[in-house]
Amino acid sequence: MQTPSLELKGSSFTLSVLHINSQDMAVITAELDSKLAIAPQFFLGAPLVVNLSTIKASNFDLLGLKDILTSRQLIIVGITSALPEINAMAKSIGLAIIKSGKAASNQPQMPKTTKIVKQNIRSGQQIYAKNGDLIVIGAVGNGAEVIADGSIHIYGTLRGKAMAGAAGDKNAVIMAQKIEAELVSIAGQYWLTENLQQNGAAPSGCIRLEGESLTVESLPL
Amino acid sequence: MAQIIVVTSGKGGVGKTTTSAAIATGLALKGHKTVVIDFDIGLRNLDLIMGCERRVVYDFVNVINGEANLNQALIKDKRCPKLFVLPASQTRDKDALTKEGVGTVLNNLAKDFEYIICDSPAGIETGAMMALYFADVAIVTTNPEVSSVRDSDRILGMLQSKSKRAEEGLEPVIEYLLLTRYCPARVTTGEMLSVEDVEEILAIPLLGVIPESQAVLKASNSGVPVIIDTESDAGMAYSDAVDRLLGEELPFRFIMEEKKGFLKRIFGS
Ligand SMILES: Nc1ncnc2c1ncn2[C@@H]1O[C@H](COP(=O)(O)OP(=O)(O)O)[C@@H](O)[C@H]1O
Ligand SMILES: [Mg+2]
Repeated sequence: MQTPSLELKGSSFTLSVLHINSQDMAVITAELDSKLAIAPQFFLGAPLVVNLSTIKASNFDLLGLKDILTSRQLIIVGITSALPEINAMAKSIGLAIIKSGKAASNQPQMPKTTKIVKQNIRSGQQIYAKNGDLIVIGAVGNGAEVIADGSIHIYGTLRGKAMAGAAGDKNAVIMAQKIEAELVSIAGQYWLTENLQQNGAAPSGCIRLEGESLTVESLPL
Repeated sequence: MAQIIVVTSGKGGVGKTTTSAAIATGLALKGHKTVVIDFDIGLRNLDLIMGCERRVVYDFVNVINGEANLNQALIKDKRCPKLFVLPASQTRDKDALTKEGVGTVLNNLAKDFEYIICDSPAGIETGAMMALYFADVAIVTTNPEVSSVRDSDRILGMLQSKSKRAEEGLEPVIEYLLLTRYCPARVTTGEMLSVEDVEEILAIPLLGVIPESQAVLKASNSGVPVIIDTESDAGMAYSDAVDRLLGEELPFRFIMEEKKGFLKRIFGS
């Protein structure tokens, strides 16, 4: 049987959404350029959907915006949440009208993964558990760094730095069999060695965030 | 198959060259054909410790550059027929060491020798990386003080990530701790870390503890590896370390403060 030369299949993609909050093309250009200057690689050639929910003027210069984006090598694939008049304009210049699903909460959740390291982390080494917890079966030496978006569990002595909740998770904790750390941090709140000593860090313990400040409690490990 | 042993530390002045000379001599005295290579290009002091500095004609870099062959550059030890030295160049810079060049020389040596000892320069730059890259075994030379222990930890990280064995996913480099310049009296007073402290932090098997000893200075001034001085504490400690390297289990000596006898206590030593 001959394979059909066309096939229609459903598939979902993650697209970046650019929110436009001004009608002034000069302002938009300036802000865009300063953003691009910070992270040029991040945006280069990226397909974008433009969200126009705050634009209440039906004579918005959509073509002008498209030119600005295109000239900076951003690829605008469509617009969303715009006035009917702007939608009509979009059609005429070949842009898709995209209905966003539910709000941001519906963004596909990254699957949580746990990283397990069965060795001593030596001075100068860095381990990062993205999107999940980090379990170290071994010691973390002075000058070594362990980082996790989730919690950090160390079955050994923590002598180096440990940063949990690196992406902002305030419920993350750091547990270690023995805490002699250079630095511990949860969601950006940090303690240095002297803070740990002042707060009576127990030989084995769990460091948590309570409100805006860190606490340490001993654990019978 | 030859075994390549790197004597490394990160920190300078901890006793790598002293150790390389002693271990190489010890292995050769036990009947194993051994070569010791000076990777400290530009400084060159292995040949002094080995007492062959007046016989250096060609060096390691000459061999790498194809300006001399191995037979021309290897110096046969006067005391021990199974021992050879490949000296470093004093005049060239460290970039003379390339992975290909070092690899070729080590391969050629491996055909002829049982043990290849690589005396690493300090630091974590090219020279030190070249010395550890091809290693099967690492003797991590450490003094009982915080900065040396930390540098050793750093080197252990390098062995686990930057060595050939790590890069190719082979069996990892075998790591041993050699504690040198150990002074039990200063451990008691809290000026130095104890054997147990260092073992706990670095968490690798202990190959030996070499005491701080006058014999080392005397030996290096006369160009005789300290292990030849079989009456000395450091000589005996190195000899134990060689035996352990060859698989023997021996108790550790010179790790306790010497109990002074009654008369010595009264009259001093
Ligand atoms: N066990 C020891 N007791 C006393 N002095 C020592 C001992 N080991 C090394 N030394 C001295 O320390 C200095 C540095 O030793 P060396 O072997 O050249 O170190 P490295 O090669 O690591 O730089 C030398 O002066 C040496 O004599
Ligand atoms: Mg040296």
